[in-house]
Amino acid sequence: MNPFASIGRATLGFLTIIGRIIIFSGKCLMAMIRPPWFFGQIGRHIINIGYFSLPVVGLTALFTGAALALNIYTGGARFNAESFVPNIVGIGITRELGPVLASLMLAGRVSAAIAAEIGAMKVTEQIDALRTLSTDPFRYLFAPRIIAALITVPLLVLVADIIGIFGGYAVATQSLDFNGALYVRNTMNFITGWDVASGLIKATVFGFIIALMGCYHGYNSEQGAQGVGRATTNAVVSAAILIFAANYLLTTLFV
Amino acid sequence: MIDKPKISISNLHKSFGEKQVLQGIGIDIAAGKSLVIIGGSGTGKSVLLKCILGLLQADQGSIKIDNTETVGLNVRQQEKIAAKFGMLFQGGALFDSLSIWENVAFRLTHADGISKAEAKELAIEAMARVNLPARNADLRPAELSGGMQKRVGLARAIVTKPQILFFDEPTTGLDPITADVINRLIREQVTELGATAISITHDMASARHIADEIAMIFEGKIIWRGAADDVDSSGNAYVEQFVNGSADGPINVMGG
Ligand SMILES: Nc1ncnc2c1ncn2[C@@H]1O[C@H](COP(=O)(O)OP(=O)(O)OP(=O)(O)O)[C@@H](O)[C@H]1O
Ligand SMILES: [Mg+2]
Repeated sequence: MNPFASIGRATLGFLTIIGRIIIFSGKCLMAMIRPPWFFGQIGRHIINIGYFSLPVVGLTALFTGAALALNIYTGGARFNAESFVPNIVGIGITRELGPVLASLMLAGRVSAAIAAEIGAMKVTEQIDALRTLSTDPFRYLFAPRIIAALITVPLLVLVADIIGIFGGYAVATQSLDFNGALYVRNTMNFITGWDVASGLIKATVFGFIIALMGCYHGYNSEQGAQGVGRATTNAVVSAAILIFAANYLLTTLFV
Repeated sequence: MIDKPKISISNLHKSFGEKQVLQGIGIDIAAGKSLVIIGGSGTGKSVLLKCILGLLQADQGSIKIDNTETVGLNVRQQEKIAAKFGMLFQGGALFDSLSIWENVAFRLTHADGISKAEAKELAIEAMARVNLPARNADLRPAELSGGMQKRVGLARAIVTKPQILFFDEPTTGLDPITADVINRLIREQVTELGATAISITHDMASARHIADEIAMIFEGKIIWRGAADDVDSSGNAYVEQFVNGSADGPINVMGG
């Protein structure tokens, strides 16, 4: 076995996948910007992705905000800086933890559901059937899901921001002896519009990744129940990794 | 051979990786005729249909529909050609998130821009043609039996009265009586609509019923073709073995 050959082969395989994903996204984008649009489908997926994810996202944000407040309090105490809890909670949630954790939960819930649904359609020839009925699956299946994710994920992250900050507030006022009114005023004065906006820009990018990975892996699902299962797992794992990578890139741009 | 073929296929090749499935298929089909393709499992019958439908891209060769080359067209051009097609898939391929009438009317509402009310009427009309009562219109595919799902697939294929119909194993998995009903329905559609039909089947009773002509595919090529009535006196050892359903003969099922 030649080690260089196997490294070369692995690199080529990886580049091939990247190329395929880029071509696939290009086709999705073309389908998104050109009519016809299936508004009924977009609406259906806004409800599916957005509304039904509210509990998951809300609970994630609540506990994260609460735990963050406790940790910052403990850490801050070492420098006599306990009073910075509202500031750091606010910035940590809006810029980083709100978008990233909410999107990771959505990768688990939404990417998986999209991959499973589209994968099942693929293996039962429903996608072939769409084509024979003169309907492009990129327009009918993929574009509506991606558009819905672009709209709903930032809104969900905005909700996560509010609930996350509230989680910090609850812990700070209930068990850390912070004054409620002061905590709110500190948070409001400290957080800038850009803190929130940069988090929402991240959320938009993550939303694209979440829906795209679900569609891509579902569409490339192999035959049988096993193929669909593998597509679902791959969708979640690749969406999560891409979210982390994109988060790092965007953070370097935004600091 | 045929003056004005509706579909004309020549030298068609398709492989998946190392596996050569179609290795030079050539066949013409006259307008208004019903051709049945027979052949063993895994010989590429479904792949051939999918190439004609534009669902798979042929590696080499030509497929002409009404004298227009379709190999190498882009998605938009394919969509236009697909307006001439109606297809019944081997597994039905009904959309399980939609109701029966929405399945039947799918092309009308999604590609042809016909209003819902009008499309529903047309769908129920098409359902009547395949003996599906209108009371099933609002059910989901999962609530119907296999035979009824076949009929929904059939209704979806014929609702726009397409010029060319494809049936992939329309009778597999059905009891003989339901199979006969489906055969008759298919024959009726071809005769009444004047459509050109290509069907695939293992079922010789069904082939005899549906076909004007029969062609046999073996090792990626068409090895025999003739009138449906001649299939029993083909003089071709492969066809004889297939028609008689015998394990003895030139086709070696077990071997590689
Ligand atoms: N998308 C695909 N990717 C890889 N191989 C495929 C694909 N589609 C079909 N094949 C292979 O091509 C061969 C022919 O398949 P096809 O479905 O056309 O057989 P068939 O003649 O319709 O058989 P059956 O009568 O059992 O339906 C099979 O060996 C199959 O494994
Ligand atoms: Mg088949």
